Amino acid sequence: MLKVKNINTYYGKVHALKNVTIHLAQGEIVALIGANGAGKTTILNTLSGVIPARTGSIQFLGEPVETLPPDRIVKIGISQVPEGRQVFKGMTVADNLELGAYLRFRSREPREQIRQDMRHMYELFPRLEERKKQMAGTLSGGEQQMLAIGRALMARPRLLLLDEPSMGLAPLVVQEIFGVIERLRRDEGTTILLVEQNARAALKMADRGYVLETGKVILEGAAAELLENPEVQRAYLGKEKKEIWER
Amino acid sequence: MDLADQIAQYMVSGLSTGAIYALIGIGFAIIYNSTEIINFAQGELVMLGGMFTLFFLETMKLPLPLSILLAVLATIASGVLFERLTIRPLKAPTPLSLIIITIGGSILIRGIAMLVWGKDTHALPAFSGSEPIAVGSATILPQHLWIFALTGIAIVSNKLFFQYTITGKAMRACAVNRRAAGLVGIDVRRMVLFSFAISGGLGSLAGIIVAPLTMTSYDVGIMLGLKGFCAAIIGGLSGGIGTVLGGLLLGTLESLGAGLISSGYKDAIAFVILLLILFIRPQGLFGRAQTERV
Ligand SMILES: Nc1ncnc2c1ncn2[C@@H]1O[C@H](COP(=O)(O)OP(=O)(O)O)[C@@H](O)[C@H]1O
Ligand SMILES: [Mg+2]
Repeated sequence: MLKVKNINTYYGKVHALKNVTIHLAQGEIVALIGANGAGKTTILNTLSGVIPARTGSIQFLGEPVETLPPDRIVKIGISQVPEGRQVFKGMTVADNLELGAYLRFRSREPREQIRQDMRHMYELFPRLEERKKQMAGTLSGGEQQMLAIGRALMARPRLLLLDEPSMGLAPLVVQEIFGVIERLRRDEGTTILLVEQNARAALKMADRGYVLETGKVILEGAAAELLENPEVQRAYLGKEKKEIWER
Repeated sequence: MDLADQIAQYMVSGLSTGAIYALIGIGFAIIYNSTEIINFAQGELVMLGGMFTLFFLETMKLPLPLSILLAVLATIASGVLFERLTIRPLKAPTPLSLIIITIGGSILIRGIAMLVWGKDTHALPAFSGSEPIAVGSATILPQHLWIFALTGIAIVSNKLFFQYTITGKAMRACAVNRRAAGLVGIDVRRMVLFSFAISGGLGSLAGIIVAPLTMTSYDVGIMLGLKGFCAAIIGGLSGGIGTVLGGLLLGTLESLGAGLISSGYKDAIAFVILLLILFIRPQGLFGRAQTERV
């Protein structure tokens, strides 16, 4: 479905992605893990057309997409849930969701279909329905994350890019959100590229994974194998020290 | 006429100029919210509104309503063209370079207007006569009523547009979080263009409805632009009620100050208010500036 080949992305002189090659098959959940500053967000932003790659190719459903601007990328079916949620804080929850369907409004899709998807989002995230008239900025971190996911889903993406959805959230909320991600794949066949620092949780859910270090892919493989890989365990899973909630 | 009557009279004219300032101020706010720049050419769009009307009315001999409509459209086109030629081509825009460009643009537009229409002041006919109407102890001109009505309609439609249409919401989204707006598929540059179009429309309307009362010339944009800017600052650069109140407040204070103290102070009042606000309450008098700007 997605084939990324040898992309190099720069911030001015900073060489942030070095010959990154990854691929995703239809219906997969693929985890992208790596330390802070490894280039995970940069990969997603390159895919979304926010920071185009200087060299390399990106194919989505067989079409080259590496030169498309962000709005065209959304149009062809790739939506990103950005790092730090980035909801429209001064706007209501309902408006945020509606804006997720912006391009569908623009292409004159029947309103009823969009409304139906809104109801579906409220069903996925009942807490958003309770707060639909509230300003997004007044939501808790977990609710904002749900809203950011719901907003991206309103575009009906075929590929969903999730940037650290668990960041700064309590373990129970993380579970809830990961539950929704699994449900999306199961019920709707959405393909998901999941960026996480919470490597254990991400690999447990994913089919495959890539490990990124200073802009390079250093490891790739089935998620179960990566979980067993001693190097991954040492560097990203903190095998010796347990996560706080596991003690 | 006793003092109360005089005050009533000053209020009427103050509110009507205030309405004009509000329209211009909203134009500033809309562009500011989508680009974070103060468009110092806003006043020139106001001037173009009056001048284009004059052109269609006197040079082309078209009827007044049609002239007004065409002038609004021509000014919208000018606003769009201005954005296309000045803001959009910038590769790495910084607020400072953008501001300098809008100032340069305003000088250019004023210069062209002077070459085309000369330095004379021109008058537009009042929309429906100039027989004063008595309202209690004050009198009001039909043109004042036009100003109140058209400003009201423009402000309400503007509000409805931003509140209820998907394009309006998309423009607000750009103001709130440009990056995220791009990620949901909103073409941010298109929204910037729209903001120039809307500001051009509101500005030209202001310039047109005020012209029968105050005359117009190639340089009316300087003062009107600054007053509108002042209204927007009082309103915390909100594209809504804050700026409307800011305009009305400024208009009435000016009118009362000029009438009761001395007309020499009229323009100074705006600048004193502007400075006071910027020093004491930069978020505006009615500031909820952070959460609801449009
Ligand atoms: N806007 C930027 N300008 C310059 N360098 C940046 C910018 N954003 C990220 N970087 C650099 O690119 C590298 C990758 O960053 P990022 O993709 O955000 O990493 P991650 O998401 O894995 O934490 C880092 O070294 C970071 O300092
Ligand atoms: Mg990141």
